[in-house]
Amino acid sequence: MTKLMMPRIDRKLLFRKETVIANLKKIVKAENVLGHEDLTRPYETDALTAYKQQPLAVVFPENTKETSKILAYCNQERIKVVPRGAGTGLSGGALPLADGILLCLGKFNKILEIDYNNRYVVAQPGVTNLSITQAVQAQGFYYAPDPSSQIACSIGGNVAENSGGVHSLKYGTTTNNLLGVEVVLMDGTISRLGGKTYDSEGYDLLGLITGSEGLLCVITEVTVKILKKPQTVKAALIGFPTIENGGNCVSDIIASGIIPAGMEMMDKALIHATDNFVKAGYPRDAESMLIVELDGTETEVTELIERVCKIAKKNKSSSIKISTSDKQRLKFWAGRKAAFPACGDMAPDYYCMDGTIPRGKLAEVLKEIGRLSKKYNLPVANAFHAGDGNLHPLIMYDANEKNSLEKTEKFGADILKYCVKVGGVLTGEHGVGVEKRELMCEMFNNNDIQQQIKIKKAFDSSSLLNPGKVYPILRKCAEEGRVHVHRGKTRFSNIPRF
Amino acid sequence: MSIEEKQDFPTYQGSDFIKYPENEKGVSALIKQFYESNIPIELVGSGSKRKIGKPLQCSKSLNLSKLSGIVEYLPEELYVKVKACTPIKLIEEELKKNKQQLAFEPIDFGYLFSGKSDYGTAAGQVACNISGPRRFKVGSVRDHVLGFRGVNGKGEIIKSGGIVVKNVTGYDLSKLICGSYGTLVALTEITFKVLPAPEGSKTLVIHNLKLESAIDLLGQAINSSNDISGAIFLPTEPECAGSEMNIEKTFKLNDLKYRGSLTAIRMEGSKKSIDERMQNLRNEIKIIDYDISFLEKYQSEIFWNKVKNLEVFSSTKNNIIRIVIPPSHCVHLLYQLISTKFKYYVDWGGALIWMEACELTEEIFDSIRKKVVKLEGYMSMIKPSDHLRYVEEVFTINRDRFNISQNIKKSFDPKRILNPGKMYTGI
Repeated sequence: MTKLMMPRIDRKLLFRKETVIANLKKIVKAENVLGHEDLTRPYETDALTAYKQQPLAVVFPENTKETSKILAYCNQERIKVVPRGAGTGLSGGALPLADGILLCLGKFNKILEIDYNNRYVVAQPGVTNLSITQAVQAQGFYYAPDPSSQIACSIGGNVAENSGGVHSLKYGTTTNNLLGVEVVLMDGTISRLGGKTYDSEGYDLLGLITGSEGLLCVITEVTVKILKKPQTVKAALIGFPTIENGGNCVSDIIASGIIPAGMEMMDKALIHATDNFVKAGYPRDAESMLIVELDGTETEVTELIERVCKIAKKNKSSSIKISTSDKQRLKFWAGRKAAFPACGDMAPDYYCMDGTIPRGKLAEVLKEIGRLSKKYNLPVANAFHAGDGNLHPLIMYDANEKNSLEKTEKFGADILKYCVKVGGVLTGEHGVGVEKRELMCEMFNNNDIQQQIKIKKAFDSSSLLNPGKVYPILRKCAEEGRVHVHRGKTRFSNIPRF
Repeated sequence: MSIEEKQDFPTYQGSDFIKYPENEKGVSALIKQFYESNIPIELVGSGSKRKIGKPLQCSKSLNLSKLSGIVEYLPEELYVKVKACTPIKLIEEELKKNKQQLAFEPIDFGYLFSGKSDYGTAAGQVACNISGPRRFKVGSVRDHVLGFRGVNGKGEIIKSGGIVVKNVTGYDLSKLICGSYGTLVALTEITFKVLPAPEGSKTLVIHNLKLESAIDLLGQAINSSNDISGAIFLPTEPECAGSEMNIEKTFKLNDLKYRGSLTAIRMEGSKKSIDERMQNLRNEIKIIDYDISFLEKYQSEIFWNKVKNLEVFSSTKNNIIRIVIPPSHCVHLLYQLISTKFKYYVDWGGALIWMEACELTEEIFDSIRKKVVKLEGYMSMIKPSDHLRYVEEVFTINRDRFNISQNIKKSFDPKRILNPGKMYTGI
């Protein structure tokens, strides 16, 4: 395990472990509190497996009242609490604390209400993202944000991380598709933010807690907006002789007034890796490749595809394939979705980075990544949500080689710093968690960070809820931050990753 | 400033009472001074929406109108970064050159407050977070602010967000600033997401429907996959003495063939796509025996501009109330208000009611709010009137949210010097 500085451990509390567990068992059913190391071990990490920590205890409340009582008790006894949804987060947001309880929302797994007239679904936070769409698809509706881990990640976790997906340029991220939440504050107060209407009056507390990574409150109910499925969806698979051609094509498509439903880019290394992995029929001679998905009416989609093809040809595309059926469209996506496991096949270990850049800087950033790759002597493959500027470089290395881990860490931090330098941000969709905590000072100065910390105190005056995440502890820019995958063994490796 | 406005708001005599900082550093230095000497201040841009919210009793004013101008506009990156008090009109004209727009449809409150166009500034739109008819499709102002810079109540310059769609690292303060009516920061710079302006616009108008049928039909249209971007019902009933609302006078368009109530559905995009969707919609919702009109691009754009700019209430002397509720409660609520003297229209397919209330009293206002809250909605007083100049609660809030909001206010503005009491007493 990589060494990670966490908030000072309350050693006295560790001695009181049995009392704490006994008190928690008075609030929830005895079987819903896990205290023994053997039982808590499965919860020692989330999907950022480089970091592990056994919690003091794991608690599974079954309803909002129990959650409120647990938090009020912990607040009173000054016990730290780490909330956890499905544990699929990639930045260590649900990493437990040795002197804190891990509050698992897994038993909140029911869809409570579906209202087609008002176009919303009310769900408990442990419901998976995909099951919301599955619950309404028979009526032709869907829930728009589709993070790659959607078969496993929970909607409560999506709110905490403001999850996106490949369609966020056109349909937004979680924050744009959320109507309301029920939350419990650290002192046990149960509150409703937002509701079943558009916007709300007063401060946009709903907007504030979305993406707050479990630092402000615990989510116990979520109301999301659902949309009617588009009539037609088609995708174009376009190969280019250079990275620049692909990057320029992305800019030209946007500049021409087209907002595709999804637009994904891969470099040559990844085209080969994924095509070997799933035989998606990708153009293997291309240096870069785009998947452009368009939706709307039949006529509209046909018209848009024609325009996209024209723009692609202007940018010297070497090949263009248009999906003729939904089956073929999904095949186009299959390779892209297998990007992460495909990298696992190419090298013993890889790190997945997550940063966002202005679209127009793509060629420049990829060139820099290429330069850094030579400097560090580590191969890299690049996947890019070209529509919204979210870049996922996958750095390949072998952890058995001496110092290779440190070298990779430095490489990754250099990439993220460069993202910020060209006007981007440190995160795309994986959050800050513990992963990029110390890099926050690359983006924010002391005033900015202090203002955010004061907001945390407005919700949680003793800083007991998920402390040690998001904001720097070291007050220097430690160079850390990536997803650690050893010999292709990642947590939830069966989940497609974008 | 008109004489009427002078009666509602404190007037400032001499330059000592109004400060005009030239840049962000100037704003920061002035607020630092006010913070140190415990002086509450009113933040003003162009003043176009100054009457929304509770009247302020500040002895000093910070006029930010000199912070104006486009800082950076990159059409292919879909963002425009502006100084906070850049006129919205200037931004929209600049975007138009590249066939782009602010998709949340900034509302021109000038017609309501002064009888003529006055869009105000970027910061004003952000501070109020009130969006036009396209809201249900594209989101509100808060969904189009990518980042900002501003000065908090201690005079510290802070920033959040960025220039990219996935803009947030740390807490999303851009959302919090939207709709905060200048009570958290003095905005100095705003980055908006921009989107391609639709090639065309076409409106289907169905004449003479009653409320229930109109709302039902609008709901069906939004629930179809025909990508509707406007859904409004403009009734002629109820009669209300003293009301200025007159839809025939406001919507004098050649292609509106019939008189009576208007139920309008807008589609935007390329001509081919609109025609195809319009045909689909007519088949799906079975518009057969109705009197209908079509407004093509030019007239359609005029129609929706008038709708979003509240021109039906132009120069009214009555109170204007804004109610947002789940669409399926709209009809029920309006029937419950039957004893109130009012005129209204319904936007967002039933989720938004704009109401002109005649002879309103605080008691009636409170009773309407109770009904709205019971139906899981919220409401605000947008325009005071001679009848009712002041209400205690302009905006809706509950105790829990008030407590959190008070703590948030303290975290930005510990001495409560920025627009104190503009939204709620104590915030």
